[in-house]
Amino acid sequence: MSARETILARIARARGAGAAPENAEERIRNHPRGPTPRSGDDPLRRFREQAVGLRSDVAGAATLAEVPEGVAGYLRERQLPMQAVSWPALLALDWRAAGLDAQARAACGDDAVGITGAFAAIAETGTLMLLSGPHTPATVSLLPETHIAVVERARIVATMEEAWDRLRAEHAALPRAVTFISGPSRTADIEQTITLGAHGPYRVFIIVVDDGPTSAGRPSAAV
Amino acid sequence: MQVTALQFKRRAAENLRDENLQRALARLQTKFVNGRAAAIAELPDYGSIRDAAAEIRDRVLRDLDGYLRRFEQQATARGAVVHWAESAADVNRIVADIAAQHGVRRIVKAKSMVSEECGLDDALAARGLDVIETDLGEYILQLAHEPPSHIVAPVVHKSKEDVADLFAAAHHRPRTTEIRGLCREAREVLRPRFLAADMGITGANFLVAETGSVVLVTNEGNGRLCTTLPRVHVAVTGIEKVVATLEDTTTLLRLLPRAATGQSITNYVSLLTGIKGEDEGDGPEHFHIVLLDNGRSRLLGTELQPMLRCIRCGACMNHCPVYQGIGGHAYGWVYPGPMGAVLTPAFVGLEDTLDLPHASTLCGECAEVCPVKIPLPDLLRHLRQQQVERHLRPWSERAALRAWAWLARHPALYATGARVVARALHLFAGRKGRLRYLPGVSGWTHERDLPAPAGRTFRDLYRAGRRR
Repeated sequence: MSARETILARIARARGAGAAPENAEERIRNHPRGPTPRSGDDPLRRFREQAVGLRSDVAGAATLAEVPEGVAGYLRERQLPMQAVSWPALLALDWRAAGLDAQARAACGDDAVGITGAFAAIAETGTLMLLSGPHTPATVSLLPETHIAVVERARIVATMEEAWDRLRAEHAALPRAVTFISGPSRTADIEQTITLGAHGPYRVFIIVVDDGPTSAGRPSAAV
Repeated sequence: MQVTALQFKRRAAENLRDENLQRALARLQTKFVNGRAAAIAELPDYGSIRDAAAEIRDRVLRDLDGYLRRFEQQATARGAVVHWAESAADVNRIVADIAAQHGVRRIVKAKSMVSEECGLDDALAARGLDVIETDLGEYILQLAHEPPSHIVAPVVHKSKEDVADLFAAAHHRPRTTEIRGLCREAREVLRPRFLAADMGITGANFLVAETGSVVLVTNEGNGRLCTTLPRVHVAVTGIEKVVATLEDTTTLLRLLPRAATGQSITNYVSLLTGIKGEDEGDGPEHFHIVLLDNGRSRLLGTELQPMLRCIRCGACMNHCPVYQGIGGHAYGWVYPGPMGAVLTPAFVGLEDTLDLPHASTLCGECAEVCPVKIPLPDLLRHLRQQQVERHLRPWSERAALRAWAWLARHPALYATGARVVARALHLFAGRKGRLRYLPGVSGWTHERDLPAPAGRTFRDLYRAGRRR
């Protein structure tokens, strides 16, 4: 008998004859929510507070067209490189006019700045939710020391449960990687002292755009 | 990993005298204990979320084979390969075979206590594979050739000076004791290793039956790198880690980081499902999930089943007065603290872990802080009972208890004996009323004086009171 059969048989035996197995399928089909903490009625404000609390930098923009200028200002202020790698959907923005050289591709080990969109942003914890895919390479939010995320305001949801509902509604199946990002990478392994910038980005800059990309006639940042 | 739990008492005594370790443990206490308290206080509805979390874990354990089958089916449908392992040796063989099958030479590894359980790094290194730990704490331990002393903060027992010495020797760079600098140095040394790796090995915090996904909860980003860059990803985990749905996962995610480090959420939560699509630029081409039993299924249907709810937050050890005093290494295996004092005997056998069920004052703090309500003191008491039933307690202890039991069944003799002993101790203690030494209980009197009886027993006083 294979290890698989032995293990499964041992589990079934331990359950005993008395207890009928519950119906896993039913639980999964209904996927009921657990108790969900209420977090106020202003998701944007909550998102901002929580994200800043976890050391993300947050700014707003009225339209997508304003984003390149906001990004350039952020980078210039911190004397960071003006070369960036970006998700293709955001390449339609006029980065050049803002003095930025943006390329649409997956990131390499030495790219300094990565620009992404976000599928959703979760107010409860100030968290970005990114989906991997052909046009949304996972490396862009991971390898560069600076991660810039452009988030459509309408994509801010209260809780992770709401984000799952949106995902189920908009995608037939889960992407290979769903990544929740809450601030710059960090470690507290040495003497329990929190240090920002472990293996991922040292800083995360989130721009919340009021005007949805769809209404602005541009490709969605929330791919 | 070798089990050295039989040396518990000796190592505990050594660690109590180790000033560096004591400083490190004090730090853990202030940061993690206070951090958790603040994070829990901020969470509305903690009580009902905790009840729900325990029920989420119990529900899966009641139908574990059903949920495992469902997980396997979903994961397989997305191109992952699910392997089953009875023992640590099985895991090591399976992972080595996967490496061989894909022509792997260089491996980057994220933190995984199950892989520590298996001694996976050494097994792979013995096959000539290049394995490097990438979690900062685990990397430091790999340089120091030491096991972890905490399941969340594996290197809590080391000071920044210790780390500086290890890095200076390994990296041939100028020695720095600045923590920021040390972290940057590790990043710079490890980044090329990530980029060159053929295979990434991780654990799994949860397995989602609904979607066949592996959930990873991390802060450093090394877990993301291990699962994004190399062409092969292997996740090694225990069979008990399954949860039903994304919603159930979310409920557990509200508690795990808060209980562990006081974070409302970890920096990264990754939900990994299947292999990369043909048109995708990054992500692994091969995804293997190794499910380890190693004694877990034996706990089902026994008094110890609630232990399988454990989500490995480490809160029980952070709050345990015994762990706080002696650190993790004394426990002699992968899992220290109260959860380890239950898991280690359960996994490796009561014979080789005689002291562990006794490494607790049963104060109950561990159960109080456990996010999934594991009654740890009850489980420890159960293990103690098993030790007695299986005659695993020392001869002297059994004889003493038998003598006491005999005495207790003879009330007249008991009363006289108690009266004599109480008077004798009272006289012996003198005017201070404290004993500085007493044969047979030197373990107590070595550290502090023993308050002496007042001279009359309760029975004497009671009788006197009734007469009045």
